[in-house]
Amino acid sequence: MILALHAYWGDKGCLILQPYDMRMGAGTFHPATTLRALGPQPWNAAYVQPSRRPTDGRYGENPNRLQHYYQYQVIMKPSPPDLQALYLGSLAAIGIDPLLHDIRFVEDDWESPTLGAWGLGWEVWCDGMEVTQFTYFQQMGGFDCKPVAGELTYGLERLAMYIQGVDNVYDLRFNNHGVSYGDVFLENERQMSTWNFEVADTETLFEGFRRAEAECRKALEAKVPIAAYEQAIEASHLFNLLQARGVISVQERASYMGRVRDLARGSCEGYMEKYRPEWEAKFPGWTA
Amino acid sequence: MSSADFLLELRSEEIPARMQAGARADLEKLFRREMEAAGLAVGALTVWSTPRRLTLIARDLPLATEAVSEETKGPRTSAPEQALEGFLRKTGLSKDQLTQRDGVWFAVVEKPGRAAADVLAEAIPAIIRAFPWPKSQRWGAASLQPDSLRWVRPLSGIVALLGGEVVPCEIGGIHSGRTTMGHRFHHSGEIVIEGVDDYAAKLRDAYVIVDHAEREGIVREGAKQAAADAGLALVEDEGLVIENAGLTEWPVPLLGRFDEAFLEVPPEVIQLTARVNQKYFICRDSAGKLANAFVCTANIAAHDGGAMIVAGNRKVLAARLSDARFFWEQDRKTPLSVQAEKLARITFHEKLGTVADKVGRVAKLAEWLASEGIVPGCDPAQARLAAQLCKADLVTEMVGEFPELQGLMGGYYARAEGLPDAVADAIRDHYKPVGQSDEVPTAPVTVAVALADKLDTLAGFFAIDEKPTGSKDPFALRRAALGVIQILLAGRVRCNLTEVLRNAIASVFASVLERAVAGDVNFAIYIEKIGKVQPHPSLPSDEFAARIADFTSELGDFEIKLEPYSEIALEFLRSAPDVVGKTPAALLAFFADRLKVQQREAGVRHDLIDAVFALGGEDDLVRLLARVHALQAFVTTEDGVNLLAGYKRAANILKKEEYTPLAADYTREPAEQDLVDALDAAEPRAEAAVAAEDFTAAMAALAILRAPIDAFFESVTVNDADPAKRAGRLGLLDRFRAAVHKVADFGRIEG
Repeated sequence: MILALHAYWGDKGCLILQPYDMRMGAGTFHPATTLRALGPQPWNAAYVQPSRRPTDGRYGENPNRLQHYYQYQVIMKPSPPDLQALYLGSLAAIGIDPLLHDIRFVEDDWESPTLGAWGLGWEVWCDGMEVTQFTYFQQMGGFDCKPVAGELTYGLERLAMYIQGVDNVYDLRFNNHGVSYGDVFLENERQMSTWNFEVADTETLFEGFRRAEAECRKALEAKVPIAAYEQAIEASHLFNLLQARGVISVQERASYMGRVRDLARGSCEGYMEKYRPEWEAKFPGWTA
Repeated sequence: MSSADFLLELRSEEIPARMQAGARADLEKLFRREMEAAGLAVGALTVWSTPRRLTLIARDLPLATEAVSEETKGPRTSAPEQALEGFLRKTGLSKDQLTQRDGVWFAVVEKPGRAAADVLAEAIPAIIRAFPWPKSQRWGAASLQPDSLRWVRPLSGIVALLGGEVVPCEIGGIHSGRTTMGHRFHHSGEIVIEGVDDYAAKLRDAYVIVDHAEREGIVREGAKQAAADAGLALVEDEGLVIENAGLTEWPVPLLGRFDEAFLEVPPEVIQLTARVNQKYFICRDSAGKLANAFVCTANIAAHDGGAMIVAGNRKVLAARLSDARFFWEQDRKTPLSVQAEKLARITFHEKLGTVADKVGRVAKLAEWLASEGIVPGCDPAQARLAAQLCKADLVTEMVGEFPELQGLMGGYYARAEGLPDAVADAIRDHYKPVGQSDEVPTAPVTVAVALADKLDTLAGFFAIDEKPTGSKDPFALRRAALGVIQILLAGRVRCNLTEVLRNAIASVFASVLERAVAGDVNFAIYIEKIGKVQPHPSLPSDEFAARIADFTSELGDFEIKLEPYSEIALEFLRSAPDVVGKTPAALLAFFADRLKVQQREAGVRHDLIDAVFALGGEDDLVRLLARVHALQAFVTTEDGVNLLAGYKRAANILKKEEYTPLAADYTREPAEQDLVDALDAAEPRAEAAVAAEDFTAAMAALAILRAPIDAFFESVTVNDADPAKRAGRLGLLDRFRAAVHKVADFGRIEG
């Protein structure tokens, strides 16, 4: 399925990238989306991103909730006029017939408070199941997207379950030789759920959060915003782990989210600052 | 041909279903506004919507605007030359183009009619730019530039045809034309539209039903039929009909089944899961019980008749329902009393403490309403228990997922753990009534808890001066007051509302104090100092408030630990005497306003409610309304109208004159004596009738006064030269006014 999507989107002019080698909550956090959504230069890319959501862990006992799963991410900037048609073409490429299955675009606006980002779009339903988030980014890191990028995020496990007609994610056939998703990941889910919820040392996590914060600021001062953004990703994930450990109260939660947002925004701002002169020269009429 | 039909289609990516009705109204409004501004007469309009298009059809649009001549008045012909020159500059005319009439210059400017096509070519982009979408976005390459076009989702095409001819216009790089697209999956390629007459038919051939009302009909009838075919009855839901019609261009309702085992979950949960998350209808069986069936609405006529679609939707619903069943099972493992302890973690309001604090107050108040007999037939212990548990479901998984099930789930969980029905019902229904048309509880325990909950909310927010202003009522206090009124009236619950409110307010202070000093080892000493924290029923609330204030003023001497909101709490506690003194009256006035609004629909006059409220002391709403009803019946009778006139005359005289009432030291005139006799007869009768709450009899007693007061004004001079007579007669009028006031303040009655 991933190969089919790579072939399809590569053919449509997307760079095929690899997953980012850091722990993150969604494919949107990959710098190929977050940072590249900024500025006027065209950018088309597709990649798989492992996504970690510690609080979604269920010790391998829930048929479709995982603390670690895979997203397929496509970003096209500026958003092409036929993005919906391109997307539907990709569903056909992985074997979904729109005259047998009911494909629907249902209003769902996207917002990421920790990235200072929002957009309008839909969740795409296939026979009532959400299979993709489809978003036109309007803001990223607090900056208006000029131009707007279109983002598609496919839930790979869900789509695979659909195509294979499987009710439990662990029953997915990983290959045609008897290896299942559960063979590969079940034990991982059990152990990681235990670690996320019970074992992870909270003092170390808090300390890590503070360090990432400090390191991010240092990187910004040194005018290396990409490095700063990596620290924002790190802080965001540590915050998610602290949430899973249940040591952040409701009141504190907003304050921690604000701190992560400050890091992400700062990184985006640093990125914009660094390239602003170059972009303004290349794209007459463009302003941040 | 002087008129033609106009077709406008604005095609875009999927418009959210909830915005389509508003968009249709806005399109019509903006079109009318533009045409009116240009002087083009518009007749009937048709506006349609689908997820992907907004369509407007204007029949018989004039092909041109009327030519108009505008006359502008200039200076007098006798005015200096400069004035005329200025006028010529302004109008751009020469002197020989002016006309004169009655010694004044006039300029006449002829404005030729404009072609409708030109007007429309300007109007279409203007309408698009001005369109008030609740949320709009930018898109594509154009969004590189600032101020690029915004629309609800990317706009992809414009069809604009007047009499079959394209009205050429352009916006955001999109040029108008005569081609559109059909259904996303059932049709490919462009469709060429000739005009208004072939538009809907050509789209129908391309699997698009462009009229939203027709699609709504298909969803409504199709869903009903699908249920009937399975031997079931659809639970009708017009909101779902409209939403599904707004999500489809070719709606096809399909019935599916889910595992019967899920029916152990409460039916409301199943309905909500199906409706909110999946937009499915649900069905009932012939016995009226929820059936294991749902109706979804597909947007295609699937090649396999929808078998795969139904199978897919069944799977999604099963996943949702297993989540719901998981919550249902998890929640029942913890008794509500244990859940309720977690309410201490939820802030109700920073000044009013946690939800647990509120629950504590509501429990005391509910118990008191029962033990005082205010809510008759209510077991105080049950009232307390129900109140203590009434908010516990807020921390359950199920209510976390579906907040709209608050109360209802608490009722289910209470019954499941074997609590008495009266308690479970009270937990379930204590939020009621929410709004004028909602069911009003009458079961005694429910009444006690529902009243206590609302009264505490009102008392608390009024005590911290968070009253509703204008359109702002963030804590829904108007609804709470209306709820209290409805419950009191429906259950004929008799109480002295002022006293109840004072106790509720004192109770707020008590709970804040209790919380402020909790955790301090010397707590007992403080409590000793103020007597007791429990303000009622033994201690008058004002005395209690004074003690709290004394106590807080001495707090500086103690090393007291006032966690977690010490400063706020202290400041609030110091205001206790003032607040307990003034707030009940303010709250009662608020109730009076709500009562007027509530009774308006029932045709009760607001001035009559004022007339009874103005007496002061009447704060039993049941009795008050009985009095108002009797009064309303009376003031429309001939006796009533005349008595009111006599009252107003007497009141006006008394207002103007300075006097000291004196006993009559002179021989009364016959009309005077008649009035005295009538008063002697009417006063005790009115008083007795009021005491017996027979307000019709009270009005009848007043009617005795009507003829004598008329005769009095007819034949007696009040302002007699003899000061004794004057004082005596004024005294008599004063007595007459006081007698009327025993029933109502007639001064407040209009007319």
